[in-house]
Amino acid sequence: MLNLMRAKNLYRPISDNPQVLGLLLTLPALIAILAVVFFPIVSSFWLSLHQKDLSRPQFDAFIGLKNYFNLLHDSRYLNSLWVTLRFSLTSVILEVVLGVSTALVLNQRFVGRGFVRGLMILPWAMPSIVNAAMWKWIYNADYGALNALLTQLHLIDSYKIWLADPKWATILIILANVWKETPFTVILVLAALQTIPEDLYEAARVDGASAWRSFLHITLPLIAPVLMVAAMLQFIWGFQTFELVYVVTGGGPFSTTELTTLRIYATTFRSLRFGYGAAMAYLTSLAILIPAVFYIRSAYRRVVEM
Amino acid sequence: MHLSSRRTLRALLLYVIVLMIVIWTIAPYLWLIISSFSSKIELLTVPLRWLPSRPTLENYRSLFFEYGEQSVNARLFIRSLSNSAIISLSTMMIAVVLGVLAAYAIARLRFRGSQWMILAMMTIQLIPPIILVIPLYVIMRQAKLLDTHLGLIIVDLSIALPLVIWLIRSYFASIPSELEDAARIDGCTYLDALFRIVLPLSGPGLVSVMIFAFIASWNEYLYAFIYTNVNAKTLPVLIGEFSTKLGLEYLKIAAAGVLASLPPVVLALIFQRFIIRGLTAGAIK
Repeated sequence: MLNLMRAKNLYRPISDNPQVLGLLLTLPALIAILAVVFFPIVSSFWLSLHQKDLSRPQFDAFIGLKNYFNLLHDSRYLNSLWVTLRFSLTSVILEVVLGVSTALVLNQRFVGRGFVRGLMILPWAMPSIVNAAMWKWIYNADYGALNALLTQLHLIDSYKIWLADPKWATILIILANVWKETPFTVILVLAALQTIPEDLYEAARVDGASAWRSFLHITLPLIAPVLMVAAMLQFIWGFQTFELVYVVTGGGPFSTTELTTLRIYATTFRSLRFGYGAAMAYLTSLAILIPAVFYIRSAYRRVVEM
Repeated sequence: MHLSSRRTLRALLLYVIVLMIVIWTIAPYLWLIISSFSSKIELLTVPLRWLPSRPTLENYRSLFFEYGEQSVNARLFIRSLSNSAIISLSTMMIAVVLGVLAAYAIARLRFRGSQWMILAMMTIQLIPPIILVIPLYVIMRQAKLLDTHLGLIIVDLSIALPLVIWLIRSYFASIPSELEDAARIDGCTYLDALFRIVLPLSGPGLVSVMIFAFIASWNEYLYAFIYTNVNAKTLPVLIGEFSTKLGLEYLKIAAAGVLASLPPVVLALIFQRFIIRGLTAGAIK
């Protein structure tokens, strides 16, 4: 019997060798990814070391790190970096707080729980451009639902041009982002809550722990890893936000909502300064390097353990 | 008596909070839907009436049938709708075929380099598109792929393919390998095992990655915005274009927005269990 097995294995075609087949099967995907991800990344860095203005090709030249040094003194770029950092951090904090509270509520027993949990998918699935158009319509100064609602609740006396006010523009952009992104945290935290054994809470109750204490000492430590993953991903996504701000405020008023993505877009595709834009994109991506490494480490460890 | 009234109060409070969560989640979207069925005159009255007294399909009708000089006209709308469908369905199919083969190899063959592939898939998903958008533009301009379906499909693969590989790999890994081991002993090749054993067992996983790939491509904005102009312009780009222009086209935009959000929203709501499993893959385990 064993001999027969060996004989069969001997007659397996070379294409059934795990090493050969493994490479063969991953090759098409690998080629696609090399072409649309790795090659562009490398060429983008190369581009960032050049002066390359599509409008003035006669001045194209290799200039080393000059683009990067110029960026450090580019006040408009530095402003956009600060705007992005503020936008992402505030969003993440709100998403974590709201996400955990919502998940805790949806983890209680009540009629229609499945339905309400399912609703969380809605903002997640919506195209972000529709989210942007939707909030722009709500914030509209003349016909927007926000003004109508606040007036009818007698919270404001007259219609207000929200997006013309730097402070409100910032707040409302974050609100629109939080609306769309929080459900992701809710879904993740809900899944993590399912994995906590009920008897842990039983034991705490027997010991006379309050609900708050058992949240602090049982729930929070056990959902902390998932919460970290959610927060890191959402911080990274915050840095990638483009269409929300492009549509709702266009970066205004006075660049107070101008995210780096907007600045990069304007530099590259409006002013046609491709080299400088590439340097801007590279430098900005450094900001998400730490959360990215953290996320990859923790996710990779889980995969390897599986 | 005292205890039970406290319990009732607690339950009441719970329902109030749940109601607030529901309202917060659906109200903005509901308002978009209501707007899309309203006429201009009714929406422009102050104080605003929240439900139109005479709901109308006019905004939808005009999207499909009103040709002419308006900025949102039927020709542009129908074309971008079909572009979006062609591009996202093609991206989905290519990503699933290539992704399944690669994921099977990574999950089962344990060849040299498979661990690196996992790491690469995770890293790619975090790369900001803004860093790729500039060099890809240069490449696509040289390859004459700007404003073509093929160009956008290739670019969208950079999002869909790593996602598919990542998700379906974790699904394959959750299928016990005993069946395949037995088949291998009977002389079955790896590819036989994939097509006759693993794939038939992976129905839900396949459905879930197809939906993820479709939604990712359907909703994609930045690449489509920069790489398409006339021929391959997608629905999100059209919506973005008209919501950044001035003028009173809000209601048509609302209708277009509702239509653009229907495929992903409906799919996600129907297949929510698969979606939730996919979203939590990697984070929970």
